[in-house]
Amino acid sequence: MTLDRDAVAARIARDIPYGAYVNLGIGAPTLIADHLPDELDVTLHTENGLLGMGPAASGDAIDGDLINAGKQPVTELPGAAYFSQADSFAMMRGGHLDVCVLGAYQVSAGGDLANWHTGGPDAIPAVGGAMDLAIGAKQVWVMMDLLTKEGAPKLVTSCSYPLTGIGCVSRVYTDRAVFAVGPGGVSVLDRFDITLEQLRDLTGLDLT
Amino acid sequence: MRDKVVPDLAAALDGVSDGSTVLIGGFGLAGQPLALIDALLEQGASDLTVVSNNAGNADFGIARLLAAGRVRKVVCSFPRQSDSYVFDELYRAGKVELEVVPQGNLAERIRAGGAGIGGFFTPTGVGTLLAEGKETRVIDGRSYVLESPIRGDVALIGAHRGDQLGNLVFRKTSRNFNPMMATAATLTIASVHEIVPVGDLDPETVVTPGIFVDRVVRVEVAA
Repeated sequence: MTLDRDAVAARIARDIPYGAYVNLGIGAPTLIADHLPDELDVTLHTENGLLGMGPAASGDAIDGDLINAGKQPVTELPGAAYFSQADSFAMMRGGHLDVCVLGAYQVSAGGDLANWHTGGPDAIPAVGGAMDLAIGAKQVWVMMDLLTKEGAPKLVTSCSYPLTGIGCVSRVYTDRAVFAVGPGGVSVLDRFDITLEQLRDLTGLDLT
Repeated sequence: MRDKVVPDLAAALDGVSDGSTVLIGGFGLAGQPLALIDALLEQGASDLTVVSNNAGNADFGIARLLAAGRVRKVVCSFPRQSDSYVFDELYRAGKVELEVVPQGNLAERIRAGGAGIGGFFTPTGVGTLLAEGKETRVIDGRSYVLESPIRGDVALIGAHRGDQLGNLVFRKTSRNFNPMMATAATLTIASVHEIVPVGDLDPETVVTPGIFVDRVVRVEVAA
């Protein structure tokens, strides 16, 4: 059994601490917002310059001047604040964000992140805020499938794609299990109807 | 009283030279001063280096400047988007140079340019392709890479409201790179949707003080 993206998002939401300032990366991590209960009192940061971001905007609420980092129209919540890019990345680089959740091509056992560039000959490199996010938040978590469409593990001994940051990821949430990564190697925090042995076979990693 | 308001877009862009480095505000289309960019196209300057977060959307703004062959080099954080086909084609054909800069480094390099800072050490990008060839230093046990300031000959700023002294306020997430860029160019040109009488902007909420702004021109809100 594998969890679908929405279920992985819900699983991540369960681990976000009360009152946290959180940045959710473009793509699948934005789904996490739908699973954050109001009483958790989480404040969402979007790096294009808003703290206190609300849900996606629709209909008359769509305003071209109010977008998220994925350039989708969003809303502001009471108590929101707007700021420049310099302030926004000071929040990030300065360690003021509690949690950031990013997508990834690969994460290494030691917590290296590759999520910005495939390095392919025809690829146009585009980094956006990925490198700043990777090193900025107090905790950097990754949300990704454990395997590529071809069945290759994305949790690896060492990344083959160009790096976004070194040793920056602490936790990896996948459709099959949740992992802690870092200097001590990889340990399994949660499994979704799969054995430790099966996870070792899939990843080829010395999981504990 | 000094009056930085110019009558029209042609006056706003007057004197921009070939080979200029042009800082252009905006994140996607939010805060991107489309009318100023169109006026720059009209004005005719070429061989430009454009510094902006993105490399153009669809056929608007920066994309239009690129399509007209006016841009030699783009310095940005995120060129590749679902609607960046103009840039993509030029880049793949080798017709435009690209320097990719992490978004926070881009913001801080421009801030440094405007603030008279000669460079700064940042943890962003350490150990990656984007730090190759740059000086690194360990400070208090953490690795940092040296980044250089960026300055422009011209900055095109998309603001919301302004006065004749050049004081500016922005609207929602259209603020983005605009305030830093306003500080970092020899000639800063701001478009606003509304020009208000001097004294009407609350001094406590002015985002860009007029000292940073050379010309202000009123434009219609883009449809």
